[in-house]
Amino acid sequence: MLEITDLSARVAGKDILRGINLKVNAGEIHAIMGPNGSGKSTLAQVLAGREDYEVTGGSVIFDGRDLFALRAEERARAGLFLGFQYPVEIPGVNNVYLLKAALNAKRKAAGEPEVDAYDFLALIRQKMKFMQMSESFLTRGVNEGFSGGEKKRNEVLQMLVLEPRLAILDETDSGLDIDALKIVSKGVNSLRDAKRAVVLVTHYQRLLDYVTPDHVHVLSAGRIVKSGDKSLAHELERRGYDWVVESRVA
Amino acid sequence: MQTLVGAKYRHGFITDIESDSLPPGLDEDVVKAISRKKNEPQFLLDWRLKAFRHWQTMREPAWAHVHYKPIDYQEISYYSAPRPPANAPKSIDEVDPKLLATYEKLGIPLHERARLAGVAVDAVFDSVSVATTFKDKLGKAGVIFCSFSDAVRDHPRLVERYLGTVVPAGDNFFAALNSAVFSDGSFVYVPPGVRCPMELSTYFRINAAKTGQFERTLIIAAEGASVSYLEGCTAPMRDENQLHAAVVELVALDNAQIKYSTVQNWYPGDENGVGGIFNFVTKRGECRGRNSKISWTQVETGSAITWKYPSCVLKGENSIGEFYSVAVANNYQQADTGSKMIHIGRNTKSTIISKGISAGHAANTYRGLVKMLPSAGGARNFTQCDSLLLGAQCSAQTFPYMEVKNPTATVEHEASTSKIGEDQLFYCLQRGISAEDAVNMIVSGFCKVVFKELPMEFAVEAQNLLSVSLEGAVG
Repeated sequence: MLEITDLSARVAGKDILRGINLKVNAGEIHAIMGPNGSGKSTLAQVLAGREDYEVTGGSVIFDGRDLFALRAEERARAGLFLGFQYPVEIPGVNNVYLLKAALNAKRKAAGEPEVDAYDFLALIRQKMKFMQMSESFLTRGVNEGFSGGEKKRNEVLQMLVLEPRLAILDETDSGLDIDALKIVSKGVNSLRDAKRAVVLVTHYQRLLDYVTPDHVHVLSAGRIVKSGDKSLAHELERRGYDWVVESRVA
Repeated sequence: MQTLVGAKYRHGFITDIESDSLPPGLDEDVVKAISRKKNEPQFLLDWRLKAFRHWQTMREPAWAHVHYKPIDYQEISYYSAPRPPANAPKSIDEVDPKLLATYEKLGIPLHERARLAGVAVDAVFDSVSVATTFKDKLGKAGVIFCSFSDAVRDHPRLVERYLGTVVPAGDNFFAALNSAVFSDGSFVYVPPGVRCPMELSTYFRINAAKTGQFERTLIIAAEGASVSYLEGCTAPMRDENQLHAAVVELVALDNAQIKYSTVQNWYPGDENGVGGIFNFVTKRGECRGRNSKISWTQVETGSAITWKYPSCVLKGENSIGEFYSVAVANNYQQADTGSKMIHIGRNTKSTIISKGISAGHAANTYRGLVKMLPSAGGARNFTQCDSLLLGAQCSAQTFPYMEVKNPTATVEHEASTSKIGEDQLFYCLQRGISAEDAVNMIVSGFCKVVFKELPMEFAVEAQNLLSVSLEGAVG
């Protein structure tokens, strides 16, 4: 589904990604871990199409298409979803209104009819119940005055409504208490099926207690320096990152 | 995010109609000629002449944050009316079909059978009012809604009693000019205890070339009366700048309420800043009575230059003044707008919410004055000014002036300036929403608190206007 080959990228003149190779198949969950500044978030932003990031080499194929030939909104409509590390507030724009516009943009691109307000409300109510969110989310502005945990939960809600082919979740677990972490994990697990894939970008292995990854990768200085199964995450938890990074240098 | 390309102006057509115009130039004879054309009573001619003589001693104000080539007041024609103006049409069926078609095209059907349900319209074309709808129905409620000229003819005492009592003839340079040469406008009188049964609206249209438009609006809400009034404005696309210098006076007596909404969409000039209307307007309301309330809501998207500060003089005890504004400046538009709240009475309250949006090379300035006089014990003001920038070449400035002369009065001010966040835009894009839709969404979210003050039908119009004005603002 996603094939990243020798991807390099820079931001503000600084090389951040220095040759990433990664293959994600449908049905898989990958966890990308690594110390701060290793390029995890940059990878997520580059895949989503953020303009400030300059791709300096390599290629990414998404569902058989050249990802870099698509604009950010086209990638989204093609089924690539980014759960933001810091979801932005958009004052005055209703949370549900934005989500409905997003869903309809996607449906329109797929040649499907738009959902009407009634059906949409039924859909979002159902998903909100699943995510244990209060009705007040229906009337509030996008992330406006949300706590950190509410914002993350809102990201997962959006993901569930948009049903992406590939979800990249950028530290969706950070800043969550244990109950919120369980709910967010439940949301991610519910999306798990043979047609979809999830890439979890995370600093800690805590989330991986609830969402079991098929593959775990360690990113350091812009490269994947080690890959393994979920036991790698446990080892990282126990030993930290230094041994991976150092063993590679040695 | 890129800077913009030109927005499209939808009302830029010219109506080919014969008109009766005065040649360009301004002196006492012109003032007299205007008065004569309108068969005005002596008091009004005297008032005009006094204003004119005062104007001659005045200088154009230079303090606003706007730049333009000096206006040659001798090059402007001060009167233009679609022919035949001598006998104003008695009913809508006598109005020149071309004029009706013009308003039709603007989306303001004047035919009562096709009109916007429940909105009475006075249509002012260049210098004169061409039609006022629903006169009869309003008459039954005792509401007078007519052109200013008709009011002078039919209700001279009311006009004489209130004209110039809020904006004196010599108030400022442009108000003095207007007082000398104003040709028409709208007049509203709502008698004691009457709630006006429908929205009132005036639609101003500049058509003729090289003319100025100087209309005057006077609205009086007597004791316990209430009225909601809306004005809309458009003009053809012309290369030269045209002057629009209007005066609006509102008077609210005890327990009366006036809600005045404006959707201003004068031609803004092209994407290189050529042409467009110079909009120098004096708008002021006086809460003369106790517990009275005046509320200004404006959506300003047009004009090359906008210079206006709708204000409230809060004389009556417990009276309330409000100002809600969205001002959009795109391309080379310049807007210097805001409000004045003058607190005189005890426990008077005012609110100013100003939302400025700049795009292209535009300059958008908020200028406001909150004044608490020694008599204004317990008075309160809240001001919030927010600016939103689209692109890197535009600018926004805020000049809030405050004068507080009573220690029990409170003044609160909040201000913010933000760029349409790359973050906000990217967030929407990542959800599959197009850049154009995303900007519209973010901007209307920004303006929401003001739009909700507009009457329903116009809120939709304002929203559409906003999208058109900012069309292409993001590439």
